[in-house]
Parts: sequence; structure tokens; C-alpha cells
Amino acid sequence: MASALINVPKKAKRGDTIEIKTLMSHIMETGYRHTAAGQVVPRDIITSFTCRFNGAEIFRADLFPATAANPFITFFTVATESGKFDFEWIGDNGFAETASASITVE
Amino acid sequence: MRKSLGSTRRRFLGLAGSAAAIGVVPVVSLRPAAATPETMTAAIRNVVGGAVVQTGKVKLDIPPLVENGNTVPMTVSVTSPMTPTDYVKSIHVFNEKNPQPNMGNFYLGPRAGRAQISTRVRLADSQKIIAIARLSDGSFWSVSADVVVTLAACTEEVM
Repeated sequence: MASALINVPKKAKRGDTIEIKTLMSHIMETGYRHTAAGQVVPRDIITSFTCRFNGAEIFRADLFPATAANPFITFFTVATESGKFDFEWIGDNGFAETASASITVE
Repeated sequence: MRKSLGSTRRRFLGLAGSAAAIGVVPVVSLRPAAATPETMTAAIRNVVGGAVVQTGKVKLDIPPLVENGNTVPMTVSVTSPMTPTDYVKSIHVFNEKNPQPNMGNFYLGPRAGRAQISTRVRLADSQKIIAIARLSDGSFWSVSADVVVTLAACTEEVM
């Protein structure tokens, strides 16, 4: 159901700073909205996003209801060697999704 | 709906206020400290502790006038060489009028190469946004931006 969009350059020169863009489809229900009947709509958000490169954490974010639906996060990293980026989103109600992308560094 | 929203916010502010009263006297020397509501000050103190927050080094790119508060693009960048001895450890973003003061915590490291993050946020009202960066030497730097929102997010009714 949930799906991720990842944008990582396929190739990079050693030492280059590259941008990584990520988007995960998710409703990000704040828990502050009410139905017309006055019922609170329970919170359902992604609370944590982590990016690892060849197993080592390089970026992490804590998310809150203030993050817009379908969390879009971009950040930078230095291309040091060829390898694999692993992305992980964790949230309410047992939400857990992963994605990965490979890069060739020359 | 308006009534229940009010009571939630009041209770939240009340809780945060009493927490601040019990806790140590705040020594966050942010420039707009006087205008900052209690909850945001408390949330900032949770991150910086008793450290002095200086103004500068951080850049917050957010539109000054937003039509739809449900999705507002935001970029935070920090002037830093990003070397193993001098880098940005984390970036924290706060607001003063959403139901919760925290907007996001972002943890970087020296190998990020560039201390810059982008995301999309929700804004429940016209308000001040503060971004704070923690550097590897333990210092804190901040910047604030005012945003005017015409259509608020977070609290509307669900059909």
C-alpha cells in the first residue's frame, strides 16, 4: 500500500557531495482533527526516518504531526565508495517501510 | 469544534506552563524570547538545556506568505565546513502556534558534506518558526522566520 520514491544519483565521483531525495506516501493524520460529529481522528503519523549507507547510519529524522502528508525529506551526503543506501520509515500503528538504492562511486 | 479545539490548546498550554514553573528558570537567550509562547520555549529548552543559543549561521528558507498551511516547503541550511572536527550534529525546527511546538529533528554527521535539509511542513496559523542547529563543539545557533498563513492546517473538520 505504502510506496516510497527515492532519488539518488546512480553514479558519482569520489568525494562529491550528493543530494538524496525521499518521499513516502502516508496520510500523516495529526490527531488534532475532528469529524463533523466532534470525534477526534486518532493520530497516525510516521515518527522516524533513517538512512544508512552500507549499514552505517548517515541521517536520521524525528517527525511530528507538523510534517505534511506524504513526508518529503531531502539531505546531503559525501560519495565515499560504491554501495547501498537503506531507507527506513517507522510510524504509528506498526507502520514500517523500507527502500534501498545503489550508487557507483568512481 | 471550535470550542473543543480551544479547550485542547488551553490544556496543553496549561500543562506546559506548569512544567516550566516547576523546572529550572529558563536561560535560553533567544532574541525573540519575550514574544515566544511558553510551549515553544519549553520545547527549545528540552533540546538545548541551559546552553546559550546564538543568532546566526543558520538559514531558514520558508515562504513568508503561505496560501495553504497543509504543505509548506521548508529548507534549513547551516554554514559549516562539515569536517570531522567541525560539523553540524543536528537541526531542530520549532513553531509557536501549532498544537505541538516541535516540527522536526534532523540528525546529520560530518559525512553529510553539506548541512542542509528540506521537507514540507504544516502550519496551523500565522506564526514564527525557529530553526536551531547544534554544532560539534556544543554551541547552538538559531534563526527565526515569520510566516503568514491564509488557510490553516491540522485542525479542520473531516468530512
